[in-house]
Amino acid sequence: MKPGTGKDPSLTLGTGRESGTALPWTVTIVAAAALLCLATTSAEAQTVAITGGKVYPVSGPPIENGTVLVRDGKIVAVGANVTVPNGATRIDATGKWVTPGLINALTDLGVTEINAVPATVDRSARGDSGVAASFPVWEGINPASTLFAPARNEGVTSVGVIPTGGLIAGQAAVIDLVPGSLTDMIDKAPIAMVAQFGDPRDGGSNARGEQYARLKELLEDARAYSRRRAEFERAQTRPFAARRADLEALVPVVEGRLPLLVNVDQASDIETVLRLSRESNVKVIIAGGAESWKVADKLAAANVPVIVGAMVNIPQSFSSLGSRQETAALLQRAGVKVVLIGNGSGEEGFNVRNLKYDAGVAVAYGLKWDDALRAITLTPAEVFGVANRVGSLQPGRDANIVVWSGDPFEFATRVEHVLIRGREVVQPSRQDELMQRYKTYPPVYRKP
Amino acid sequence: MRYRFVGSVAMGGVVAALAACAPAKSTAAAQPPAAAPAPARDTTRPPPGAGAVSAPNADPFPSTYVVPASRATLIRNVTILTAAGPTIRDGSVLLRDGKIAAVGTSVTAPGDADVIDGRGKYLTPGIIDDHSHMGVYAAPGGDALSDGNELTNPVTANVWAEHSVWPQDPQFPRALASGVTTAQILPGSGNLIGGRSVVLKMVPSPSVQGMKFPGAKYGLKMACGENPKRVYATRGPSTRMGNVAGYRAAWIQAEAYRRRWDKWNADHQGDPPQRDLGLETLAEVLRGNILVHNHCYRADEMMQMIDIAKEFGYKIRSFHHGVEAYKIADRLAKEGIAASLWSDWGGFKMEAMDGVRANLAMVSAAGARAIVHSDDASGMQRLNQDAAKAMAAGEEIGIHTTEDEAIKWLTINPAWALGLEDKIGSIEVGKNADVVLWSADPFSVYARVDRVWLDGAPAYDRANPSSWWRTDFELGNVPLPNGGAR
Repeated sequence: MKPGTGKDPSLTLGTGRESGTALPWTVTIVAAAALLCLATTSAEAQTVAITGGKVYPVSGPPIENGTVLVRDGKIVAVGANVTVPNGATRIDATGKWVTPGLINALTDLGVTEINAVPATVDRSARGDSGVAASFPVWEGINPASTLFAPARNEGVTSVGVIPTGGLIAGQAAVIDLVPGSLTDMIDKAPIAMVAQFGDPRDGGSNARGEQYARLKELLEDARAYSRRRAEFERAQTRPFAARRADLEALVPVVEGRLPLLVNVDQASDIETVLRLSRESNVKVIIAGGAESWKVADKLAAANVPVIVGAMVNIPQSFSSLGSRQETAALLQRAGVKVVLIGNGSGEEGFNVRNLKYDAGVAVAYGLKWDDALRAITLTPAEVFGVANRVGSLQPGRDANIVVWSGDPFEFATRVEHVLIRGREVVQPSRQDELMQRYKTYPPVYRKP
Repeated sequence: MRYRFVGSVAMGGVVAALAACAPAKSTAAAQPPAAAPAPARDTTRPPPGAGAVSAPNADPFPSTYVVPASRATLIRNVTILTAAGPTIRDGSVLLRDGKIAAVGTSVTAPGDADVIDGRGKYLTPGIIDDHSHMGVYAAPGGDALSDGNELTNPVTANVWAEHSVWPQDPQFPRALASGVTTAQILPGSGNLIGGRSVVLKMVPSPSVQGMKFPGAKYGLKMACGENPKRVYATRGPSTRMGNVAGYRAAWIQAEAYRRRWDKWNADHQGDPPQRDLGLETLAEVLRGNILVHNHCYRADEMMQMIDIAKEFGYKIRSFHHGVEAYKIADRLAKEGIAASLWSDWGGFKMEAMDGVRANLAMVSAAGARAIVHSDDASGMQRLNQDAAKAMAAGEEIGIHTTEDEAIKWLTINPAWALGLEDKIGSIEVGKNADVVLWSADPFSVYARVDRVWLDGAPAYDRANPSSWWRTDFELGNVPLPNGGAR
């Protein structure tokens, strides 16, 4: 349930706690903290059954009156005729909607606390002439960030943490928003090498052609380096275009094991990236993609996924004159894999939670509802290579599950339960605590 | 891009001394007030030209907007959120001669009226955004179109936003297509006092005068906190206490200026005092002719701004951004100050840390005027959704907001903030016929704007792309909004 609201006195997993309305807020917080402690330290040996809900596995058709059975943090059964074992903790989802936890693919969650306070910003490396391929952005994630709770409490259970800046920004990761240490949180790292192409001044180059040449040279040199490491160590190679650590980081990219995620908007630039992908035999993911609808057929033919926003329709730069809100629908129709994100380039940490509304707006602009749900669950998991763990409700997957009071995309819908790896996480956000403090006048600064 | 703060820190020279205005051509409105009781008028000197006189309510750049002729239009079988009372189900609204002529469950229309069936749809007043930088930070952005922050002096009360507005900004038609019919364009927040705002109608025109809302008062942009002290870190103000000293110094000068000019305008004795555009704007605030719109995030700073306003005898009309408004909502209600807010935009800088999504609902429940504002041409297109988010967040903490109340956050309340509550902001007989027809409940994520009427004339029709307003800039640059051929 949403923490601290006192609206749902139903069980909370793992403790005998009852968060009835009679409990003062401060007590609720203490209880929640105790629960967190328990959730992260106790052995994972419990069975949870979410019953009676309208279940959207995403990997298959919706199931009316379905049950999702969870054991030891994993989903073990999903269906209309699932037997609930004795002793299982039940969550009654009658009349509710049950979906996989949402995945916001493009965030700086954990590496940016307050954007205008540099000491809390760890998403951009200094790099070397715009190249920071060796930068593992996840090493800066602060598990104590106050921005995890608001996202998690509204149904986002995993995020992509993406470095920014430069021609090659660094390596991205997918994390689960599970309380604990960084190693607990990481699903997979790296998931992609991040680059950008287009507005030339953004890439440390002065012209698009220069960007193209530099990218091409970097990829070629990474390939050469991978074949001649021994000679390199003996200083018997020609000079390469990047430092050793950056070349090393690019090796998985040129070997096709790590995709290159390219922030690019203009249609002609997207075509250039597709050509580079073919020429250098590199897997690419397009992000931003303001004008991607113009080259939807080519993207579909190349089997290149696109990460786009649904609320972007302003020609905000000369690279994005063709921005429009139907982009997701047009790409989907052309057969492109679509991942939806906030704000075109990712929402700020404060509003990673708003992903579900981007999906709703995408539906209003022509995307089918089921495709929109997939675009914030299973498709990002597939694109980032973590679909074996998250993004769908299937046996064997991590039990990242959200129970909603209704249509997840609607504003009036409440999040009732959030499970991550089988555990219900109840942790009020800073914002929740502030609202409780000030919802009456004079405000309640301390326990009476 | 959002303009919570925009612009590089350009510390050029202080604005050059203001040249005297040429007195050659003057508008009637800018003439010295002839009706002033002028005992023993000095007849030995020629009368000063209008440009030399600091006259209250002068209007040297008058609106040239003309209400377009239109057919009478009846929208019927529609759910009406009036912003003036309870929802009317299966209602009808008659638009005639630019005004709302009738509202109710049984409205008879003239035989030649356009009849629109609104079955299953919703009708609301035109949306009003009281915080926009369209035109002054026009798309596609860049230095060439960055005209919103005159960062050459911490007090630039002398600048007027309308002199930066580019009427070909492609953000204007997008505002209209999302139901916005009126927007206040403000200077940015890099200065303590940023200059005059202008209120525009979302209509195509080659000049800003053609977009100006006739008779609308000017606003004054003031800004608290981090932005000014960051911009002027090396020359001051570099602290919040420096900020406050800066506001107070400006108002002290303004009060002296107001007294000099009020005296001269009353008796016309001797040469008129030296005119000063900045002090003139501030004096107009002191006279109550210009409304103060104060960018201010933190509760403690808002409380200090209230005291400054009392010290110098002006009113703050609305606090903008006010992410901490919920902490002092009772006080805002008592002072009659509106709060222009986002639902959930916060956390991006230290002073925005305490933003909460129920802010609007909490402020509204405390009896203060809550306003959804955008500060951003993307958010502006979804003010209804911002309201819906705040409603839902309120529910979570036990504050219920009805749709009848929430619709006021984006219509009649911002109309009040602009001093236009008698002309726009609600569906009531006699009001300007600015209305929006929605495909569904506007507080649903799936609702789209189907049609917009502005002053009774059809201004937007989603089903008819060839009729959509495209700015000159868009021709050849921006594909048709529907992505295809006409």
